[in-house]
Amino acid sequence: MHIIESGNVAAAMGVKLARTQVVAAYPITPQTPLTEKLSEFVDSGEMEAQYIPVESEHSALSVCIAASSTGSRTFTATSANGLLYMHEQIHWAAGARLPIVMCVVNRGVGAPWTVWNDHQDSISQRDTGWIQLYVCDHQQIIDTVIKAFYLAEFVSIPVMVCYDGYLLSHTYMPFDIPDPAQVDKFLPPFTPEYMLDPARPKNLNTVTLPDTRTDIHGNTAPGYMEIRHNLHSDLRSTLTVVEEIDQKFQAVFNRGGNPYVEKYKCNDAEFIAVCLGSLSYQLRDVIDALREEGIKVGVLGLRLYRPFPHHAVIEALSGTKGVIVFEKALSYGNQGALFGDIKSALYNADRRPKIHNYILGLGGREIKTQDLLDALRNSCTDKEKMNNTPKWVGLKL
Amino acid sequence: MATKTTILDLPEDELVHPGNRACAGCGLSINYRIGLKALGRDTILVVPPSCLTVLQGLYPIATTQLPCLNVTFASTAAAATGVLAALKAQGRDKTIVAAWAGDGGTADIGLQALSGACERDENLIFICYDNEAYMNTGVQRSGTTPQGVITTTTPIKGKLQKKKDVTAIMAAHRLSYVATASASFPLDLYDKIIKAKTFSGPKYIHIHTPCPAGWGFDPRYSVKIGRLAVETGLYDLYEIEYSKWQLTGPSKKLIGKKRRPVTDYFNTQTRFKAMSRELIAGVQKEIDAKWEGYADT
Repeated sequence: MHIIESGNVAAAMGVKLARTQVVAAYPITPQTPLTEKLSEFVDSGEMEAQYIPVESEHSALSVCIAASSTGSRTFTATSANGLLYMHEQIHWAAGARLPIVMCVVNRGVGAPWTVWNDHQDSISQRDTGWIQLYVCDHQQIIDTVIKAFYLAEFVSIPVMVCYDGYLLSHTYMPFDIPDPAQVDKFLPPFTPEYMLDPARPKNLNTVTLPDTRTDIHGNTAPGYMEIRHNLHSDLRSTLTVVEEIDQKFQAVFNRGGNPYVEKYKCNDAEFIAVCLGSLSYQLRDVIDALREEGIKVGVLGLRLYRPFPHHAVIEALSGTKGVIVFEKALSYGNQGALFGDIKSALYNADRRPKIHNYILGLGGREIKTQDLLDALRNSCTDKEKMNNTPKWVGLKL
Repeated sequence: MATKTTILDLPEDELVHPGNRACAGCGLSINYRIGLKALGRDTILVVPPSCLTVLQGLYPIATTQLPCLNVTFASTAAAATGVLAALKAQGRDKTIVAAWAGDGGTADIGLQALSGACERDENLIFICYDNEAYMNTGVQRSGTTPQGVITTTTPIKGKLQKKKDVTAIMAAHRLSYVATASASFPLDLYDKIIKAKTFSGPKYIHIHTPCPAGWGFDPRYSVKIGRLAVETGLYDLYEIEYSKWQLTGPSKKLIGKKRRPVTDYFNTQTRFKAMSRELIAGVQKEIDAKWEGYADT
């Protein structure tokens, strides 16, 4: 069934369709309408779940961690400082290998206070061991939330579904609500291997030594480092799982594709713009305009940021003349985080393009199509020398 | 108290293995052993970092025979909430969920989550074992360290501020059951946990827990020193059932009786060595006034 609704409502509907059992959330703009919608679903009986209105984001993720450890499917959502307040628990959830799904409604972080969109919040959590997915429209939000539960539970790693605050969270777009029976067919109930159960007692997350240790039966148990290596190698193996899940989803719902990157006019492109989130759709108009000027340019939006899809990035970008990375986040004192990742992926590629970095849209600074057009044209026509120093787009002072 | 358990009535089932990593004379060892007997096997435990994390053992060997979730320092009561929510979602809600935290994990870093869980009326038992400082990290002051006490972060003058009354804070949440207990009166603790299991909503039990290493006394005197805290009237054993307050057991017996002077307690531990005569006299005066108030109850 097609409806016209906000991105936050699309996310809430995905959470409901996934038959999530425990939701815990604390309000923060622009995530708030999502949690409001979920409380409405639970209050009205439309959704059979425990909704826990916690007293902080730290507690929101604590509830999810514990509920997931007790064998329930769990969800939370947050933005900006709320995400940062969870930081300790974000590491903990991945370390404990819990398949929690969290929507990050992207917003800039304080100080000074801002409530508007950029990507500094989720980018700052990239090294926590979570899978990070970025989406570009409302259909992708609802579909990706459902797929995220499948993925998280398949690999026992938590997943962030990141979408742009306001640009997606508060705008209205038409999208198809997946049929509940088909969602049930796609996503089986959560059946964890281990959970807290008095019938089979386990002591979870106890102090673990630097070295391996023998248990009472004489078996060697991993040390901290083996446990961390497992997380990393399982994250890397997620790269194949993501594609399998996408194909399974396509078989049931007849839509999807592009689990790693989403390309627009990249096939014959000499230059490719790269970015995360809804900006890649905004850039499509710019690509069309530059193509009319005779510049062969395309845009590549990353849908999967962690684990980093090296193969898809190299396949798309190696051999082009130039790669221009547009970012709504920054590793302060260095350059854009995505820029660094793209460069590192291309370093060992056979044909390395020139590469350039633009920082834009921080704290909701309006991203004007004309500014994008000028920046991209300058990079493609060598007016702007490509180098390691990020250039700022839309800076006024 | 409705029932008075004797040593002969205690369940023989041991849920904590002997030979764990607690220090000699650890008051927590007594609490935990007796407390788990009272909680029973159909219990899920939630434990933040504390001496109890050490007592639990090192992966892959565990001391406790109950399912236990070790969680981050600030999250204990929220994590207990999550366990409860999952159990409810699965229809397994007969299982008891008990959080077991130290004084730092309760009175300081854990207080926000604890207050939140109480306000949400979560059906959990929260047990605080109060050894009156951050013992696991090496005896730093906490919110429940008493005034005048030497710790590694109040090394010369002793703590200048008074002990935070966490039990009163919990009582202010109007819980169905709030109680204090002592490691030195384990049967009183046992009965209080048994009683807590009969109430719905959040229940809170605060256990005074002697610590030889942190308090500065010979491990063999743990039980004696815990008793002295009660017998001098410094630490009272009471329970609050739906706002109805009453002293229990050993403390109740002190009403109208001559109590031992607080110096009998202070002199047994090196942590009180920086206390001035004036401070001690002030504490004695406060205790006397408190007990004068009790005489009317």
